[in-house]
Amino acid sequence: MQSPAKPAGGSYWFFRGMRGIVSLPAFILFCSFVGFTGFAVESGITRAEAVFMTGSVWALPAMVLLVTSALGSAALPAAFLTVTLSSIRLMPMVAALIPEIRTRKTRTIALLAVSHFIAVTSWVFTMERIAKVPPEHRVKFFAGFGMTLTSCNMMIVGFGYNLVGALPPLAAGTLFFLTPIYFITSIWASARDMSVYIAMIVGVVLAPVFHQVAPEFDILYTGIVGGTIAFGIERLIRVRQANASARTDEPGRVEP
Amino acid sequence: MNWNSLDAWWWPFLYIGIAGWIATDMWRWLGVLVGNRLRDDSAFLIWVRSVATALVAAVIAKLIIYPNGELANFPLWLRIGSAVIGFAVFLVAGKRPWVGIGTAIILIVVGRVLTTG
Repeated sequence: MQSPAKPAGGSYWFFRGMRGIVSLPAFILFCSFVGFTGFAVESGITRAEAVFMTGSVWALPAMVLLVTSALGSAALPAAFLTVTLSSIRLMPMVAALIPEIRTRKTRTIALLAVSHFIAVTSWVFTMERIAKVPPEHRVKFFAGFGMTLTSCNMMIVGFGYNLVGALPPLAAGTLFFLTPIYFITSIWASARDMSVYIAMIVGVVLAPVFHQVAPEFDILYTGIVGGTIAFGIERLIRVRQANASARTDEPGRVEP
Repeated sequence: MNWNSLDAWWWPFLYIGIAGWIATDMWRWLGVLVGNRLRDDSAFLIWVRSVATALVAAVIAKLIIYPNGELANFPLWLRIGSAVIGFAVFLVAGKRPWVGIGTAIILIVVGRVLTTG
């Protein structure tokens, strides 16, 4: 790889971040947003609303839930609660990324500002590549990638709005299918401990059950019940492992 | 106070702003503030993450089993079959997302073309 002759400045690393939009994760996200645009068109969301939602919410599962809630004529507090609960996962993701990109001189206000651009794709992308960026330029690198990725997807939604209606049915259906497959594989691949795998499996199995029982609250119930079951299983396995390693007289260190 | 409550042009944007923007960014801001203070293996954080992951899993399952739009016209067995096989291939191929996504997409396209004749 070519490296700059003199120590590169902040704008160089901002640009390096921007260049990250030419990558597989970014490409998959573009396709997913074409799929979302189709979903928005079919749901009767206007172009301006869809573009605004892309830039302001910037988390596909939350956006899909928001559209579903809005058109299911959910009251504002109910929609807020549903989206809030589905977005809790952003908190640990951000909490994990921040120590990677901050230095002691980084101001909290700058981190609060760039945190808006953290979502699954930018998180996976940054965690993979951040080690090669000098610590003092990491916030700029992330900002370059995150802001470019968000802007490009706002443009895709804006310009694609009229085009997706004209897509052949096979392509339209396939783009809808891309989003769930992208979510499940990218979240699974970026998981750091077993609780994520268990929660994913329990959630996928429970969702259709709760959909039959309580179609309006299926996602909420699946999250709380499924998540708690997954947490219980994870605790149980962890205790078993701790006991097993204690019995074999290993040092009492348990790796997750 | 739902999506269609007010006829004003700004109402949907306010709705998105509260139920979408604030509902997501408050977790991002909290994540910044909590930062490295919360240990990555604390029990509370694992429970929170499990609930969050199960919520997203429910979204994934609903998008495949009860889809909106054109995908609803694809047979249910084709949607589930393509997703399951694509995911299995993803696991076998060293958890590389593009392998699983590519497999699932090829399967559903071929399946759809064959079933519509």
